Amino acid sequence: MGLSIWQSMQQKGYSRRDFLQFCAAAATAAGLGQSAVGQVVSAFEKKEKPAVVWMHFQECTCCSESFIRSSHPIVVDALLDVLSLNYTETLMAASGFQAEKSLNDTIKNNKGKYIVLVEGAVPTKDGGVYCMIGGKTAESILQTVAADAAAVVAWGSCASNGCVQAAKPNPTGATPIHKLVDKPVINVPGCPPIADVMMAVVTHLLVLGQVPALDSLGRPKEFYGRRVHDTCYRRPNYDAGLFVESFDDENARKGYCLYKMGCRGPVTYNACSVVKWNEGTSYPIQSGHGCIGCSEEGFWDNGPFYQHLASFPGFGIESTADTVGTVVGIATVAGVAAHAVVTNIRKRSVIAEVHAEDQKES
Amino acid sequence: MARVVVDPVTRIEGHLRIEAVVENGVITDAFSAGTMIRGLEKILIGRDPRDAWAITERVCGVCTTVHALASVRSVEDALGIAVPPTAELIRNIMMATLYVQDHVVHFYHLHALDWVDIVNALKADPKKAAELAQSFSKWDKNTPAYFSSVQDKIKSFAASGLGIFANGYWGHPAYKLPPEVNLIAVAHYLDALEWQKEIVKIHAVFGGKNPHPNYLVGGVPCSIDADEVAAINSERLNLVARLISQADEFVNQVYIPDLLAVASFYKDWAKWGGGLKNYLSYGEYPTKGYGQPESFKYPRGVVLNRDLSHVYPVNPRDSQEIKEYIASSWYSYDGGNDVGIHPWAGETKINYTGPKPPFETLEGFAKYSFLKTPRWKENPMEVGPLARLLVAYASGHTDVQELVKDTLGKLSVPVDALFSTLGRTAARGLDAALAMIWLKEFFAELMGRVKTRETSTFNGERWEPKSWPAEAEGVGLVEAPRGSLAHWIKIKDGKIDNYQLVVPTTWNGSPRDAKGQRSSFEASLIGTPVANIEMPVEIIRTIHSFDPCLACAVHLYDPQGKHLHQVSFE
Repeated sequence: MGLSIWQSMQQKGYSRRDFLQFCAAAATAAGLGQSAVGQVVSAFEKKEKPAVVWMHFQECTCCSESFIRSSHPIVVDALLDVLSLNYTETLMAASGFQAEKSLNDTIKNNKGKYIVLVEGAVPTKDGGVYCMIGGKTAESILQTVAADAAAVVAWGSCASNGCVQAAKPNPTGATPIHKLVDKPVINVPGCPPIADVMMAVVTHLLVLGQVPALDSLGRPKEFYGRRVHDTCYRRPNYDAGLFVESFDDENARKGYCLYKMGCRGPVTYNACSVVKWNEGTSYPIQSGHGCIGCSEEGFWDNGPFYQHLASFPGFGIESTADTVGTVVGIATVAGVAAHAVVTNIRKRSVIAEVHAEDQKES
Repeated sequence: MARVVVDPVTRIEGHLRIEAVVENGVITDAFSAGTMIRGLEKILIGRDPRDAWAITERVCGVCTTVHALASVRSVEDALGIAVPPTAELIRNIMMATLYVQDHVVHFYHLHALDWVDIVNALKADPKKAAELAQSFSKWDKNTPAYFSSVQDKIKSFAASGLGIFANGYWGHPAYKLPPEVNLIAVAHYLDALEWQKEIVKIHAVFGGKNPHPNYLVGGVPCSIDADEVAAINSERLNLVARLISQADEFVNQVYIPDLLAVASFYKDWAKWGGGLKNYLSYGEYPTKGYGQPESFKYPRGVVLNRDLSHVYPVNPRDSQEIKEYIASSWYSYDGGNDVGIHPWAGETKINYTGPKPPFETLEGFAKYSFLKTPRWKENPMEVGPLARLLVAYASGHTDVQELVKDTLGKLSVPVDALFSTLGRTAARGLDAALAMIWLKEFFAELMGRVKTRETSTFNGERWEPKSWPAEAEGVGLVEAPRGSLAHWIKIKDGKIDNYQLVVPTTWNGSPRDAKGQRSSFEASLIGTPVANIEMPVEIIRTIHSFDPCLACAVHLYDPQGKHLHQVSFE
């Protein structure tokens, strides 16, 4: 136990040159750029393989499935070389009390040093009986595990904002992690989050020992600072008033904008159109379906999905953009400007609401 | 007598608890409990039926796509929408892709560690491992240098703590593989983990992402145009072609040979884990439309009492065939505890009556699970790859019969060996091999249609709610990798009035019904020897052979909101 990553690579016969290459790749993966390679090298020379536990509550395991789709680093290298994943119900060899032992030992032996990754929301109604593991409620397990953690990461929309089980009428009182634990939580929303984004967040934490810069919703700015719409390759079509009017119509085959098909790209902060999915293979809009906004709080109740945004209460101003398709050229500039302003206002008010709610609770 | 509790059961999807009674080293009774619920069916009420695929897809991220498919089929069935043949081919390609990916991941990452001792692999001779691997597979990676580097990797990994492999049942006498076979399996565990991210790129091409690609009522969301850069064009199709040929190599040169190699050391597991004698399959892979089940690659039907000479028809619309019970589940019915209700007419109130957590045991509680208990004509049914193969075999599908006979011959075991834990795990491999054949076939047909420019992917005639009848009901049947899955929907005034899912793990993992009949998990454990109750690897082997998916299995259903006031949510 306790070897640095460099020591463990030496043990495996890697050269210093291999090690530096690995550090450069890790720095890139963490979105740090070449200037940070030196930092990464020293981090890898000093650090032990950090202990990590991955909790599963009210979830569908899509976050775990996404994580193992990572391409840089590939998950095998992450599991064997970057971190010591001591508990995850999806992959761990041990079951039953041996599994609980792995969890308890990790907490005991790494007080204040281990990282908690949480997949899933926590049901708080009726004493927490709607999610129990080993006879204990999810909430009690979360509190125990989070108490001595160095950092808590909320994987996906379930843990970050409640996701599907928290959609109206939220029958089980599904609650996101940041409302339950008494320490800062890094929210990595999405249903699921993009694999390489998840790996980059882990690498950022473990390589630098630092929390990435977060926005006011606790999301890493590097991946949640831009709207899908603003980074979408179909954006020029929106600006030009070229829209898909029906699935698989001529415009769809030409890759026109999916705004009228209900695309939530204009109100969704995520990296899909930049990082893309499955090693850059595609993303929802590229495949012909609008963004459903899966990384935004309350997106399930922000539907129906195929109704375009303009007809939402509070979004009337966007109807300007909507008319662009029929009155090409006239409303384009005004439409785009108006819609940028509106989404920013909306975001500011979302942030204000969350703060107000937090203050209420504290 | 001892009561052995395994909770959490790991290497599955979701939260499962098994309590087994062991007397004189043999399991005499078992209880299977789902301990998590999210209430998705309640959330579906009142929403746009065209959105239901996205909501229900989030039932499960492991078997992602299957609920989306069941959902769009249920809506299309209700509204009388026929999807274009090209869209059907793309859906089939997505499904066959999932079969292959899901079964490989199940074998290596969820099931293998029940049979493969990773620590023992350190004792292997890499040269001998290479010779052995080359004797049953022509995969060019199986060299001494490769096995030696994997062994080094595991050695240094073991020296710094075992991470996800810590506290396994290593060294248990039930692990029978020689060190070289252990090493081969561990090496391919790592390779499979790297490969599985490749094949799902097929989902990303047609659905934008994986997990949780996009589906669409009336077809598929992608468009095909060989002359457009933003559509599915030659570049995209080339990518799919390469991923398919890579998958073909992995399934036939790695997965199937490893499965047979490992199985040959565990033939005693053909004696245990058989459980129920009834098998259900809804059938899958339509070739002439969802409404023509006789054209499906896998047929629809039921085998009763292991009698392979007769297949019974299944009608999901008949209120007397498929019913759900709650006699042992944390729900209540207006008509009493013992009645069964067809999904279109059902009612449910969640009613947790188990012990107050934290608790040690569910012993003594008549109700012990959030899973309901489905029955076909009052019979408990096993679903999954084994059930699919048996129904196809009994239906006289010669391709399935030949494959099954060939495999039994290779393992030199009789047909009866199928009815077991070993048979179930082997059947999953054959299921993947068939899916691989069909995946290539569907893709070739798709290319044919691109060539002749018959590429319409969407039928929008009934897209607008104003074109729908005031009331409609439909059912979407799917053979998911884990077994028979169905969604029943009722639509009223353009909105979901009622939605019910009955999923594979509800069939297999449910608690007892009103007559006290056990479902698959419980029945299959009975009679299995347990050598050491502190390390019940035997329980895990049989439960994993079903590939449980608990997030799918647990749901809450509430028609028309009429029982809302009685639900004790607050």
